[in-house]
Amino acid sequence: MSKKMHITLKVNGEEQEFLAEPRELLIHTLRERLGITGPHIGCETSHCGACTVTLNGKSVKSCTVFVAQADGADITTIEGLGSPDNLHVLQTAFKEHHGLQCGFCTPGMITRASKLLEENPNPTEEEVRFGMAGNICRCTGYQNIVKSILAAAAEMNAVKEAAE
Amino acid sequence: MIPAAFEYHRPKDMAGVLAVLTQYGDDARVMAGGHSLIPMMKLRMADVPHLIDLQSVEGLGGISVADGVVRLGAMVTQHDIIDSAELASAAPILRETSLQIADPQVRYMGTIGGNVANGDPGNDMPGLMQCLDATFHLVGPDGERTVAARDFYESAYMTAREDDEVLTAVSFAVPQGGYGYVKQKRKIGDYATAAAAVQLVKENGVCTAASIAMTNLSDTPVHSVAAGDALVGTSVDDAAIKAAVQAMLGDIDPAQDNRGPVEFKRHAASVILRRTIERAWSRA
Repeated sequence: MSKKMHITLKVNGEEQEFLAEPRELLIHTLRERLGITGPHIGCETSHCGACTVTLNGKSVKSCTVFVAQADGADITTIEGLGSPDNLHVLQTAFKEHHGLQCGFCTPGMITRASKLLEENPNPTEEEVRFGMAGNICRCTGYQNIVKSILAAAAEMNAVKEAAE
Repeated sequence: MIPAAFEYHRPKDMAGVLAVLTQYGDDARVMAGGHSLIPMMKLRMADVPHLIDLQSVEGLGGISVADGVVRLGAMVTQHDIIDSAELASAAPILRETSLQIADPQVRYMGTIGGNVANGDPGNDMPGLMQCLDATFHLVGPDGERTVAARDFYESAYMTAREDDEVLTAVSFAVPQGGYGYVKQKRKIGDYATAAAAVQLVKENGVCTAASIAMTNLSDTPVHSVAAGDALVGTSVDDAAIKAAVQAMLGDIDPAQDNRGPVEFKRHAASVILRRTIERAWSRA
């Protein structure tokens, strides 16, 4: 047991303050302390990406970040991207293009995809596959995930064009 | 999955880092991106009672190209390397290599300093840095010193860095000529079964300089002087490439693991080096 630290985080726009041991992994903070259970845990070797969140503008695997490192950070999880009544374009696209089955990888997939499309709004299929390579899925075989992300990109670009 | 407890330190400057290192000795360890250290802590293969997070330490970031020298602060991430137009123009082999390391999430966090200081022969940057004849900058209680990348690696996880030293930057002369980093791996994010870094110069159809280093084919990266020498003075024809591959095979010492037996790794190394030389020559 080490000394607890006073931690401040901004998660999905809400300020959070609490005491935690430095060794607490950010994924556990989100899920167990804050009740934000969209991000999942699929491995213990930092491969699967099911725990992916956006931390200070970067896609990170929250299983490989100590809460102590994240002190002061701004974090977005799947819950912050959209809600059942107000789906994010990517969430709608995953639904329409059957980009999920069991749904366990989906929060990490969509959170990563949101950052990918922010950095590259017009990705090729190959760029989508490479840009999503840190996220493993056991159900879909990826094809429909790629379709979902390309469809979301097209939709987001159409909306952007219409606004201009 | 659950790391042991530790005390966390986030100093703002190098003096603060060194103070913690000096106070706690072997019980303290610096962390950059955390994407080698945290996984080891989660498996309880690394015991770190005092963790020093380098994220807020001033002066460890930044990519610069000036007076023919590229300098990367230790905390420059793989993502930063890929993203840098200046680097893509001055030393494109860096970007080619970084894109073959890990995956997007890991590249946002993992740093050049952590990659080269880790000492795992699976890391890709150590071989590349040996190919480029890079210099590693270290700071310790007695001040600064530099170590050539080619002298830095002693064995797996054993390097010339002392326990109370921190690697602060890497630097190397702007590389000349054609380049290539080719890596054989089982899947995205895997360490290499075999990988090669090649940088060579072509003048009037003749190779006038060549540097070759191999990744994950020994307990350290392997800078093969003989392989480079085999290309110099030739037109990098089939005979010269065969000679370079043969020379390289004399310098590597792969170990059997779940990437394959020794003979397979030697075969993979041969194929990869041939491809890398051909790619570098076509770009020279």
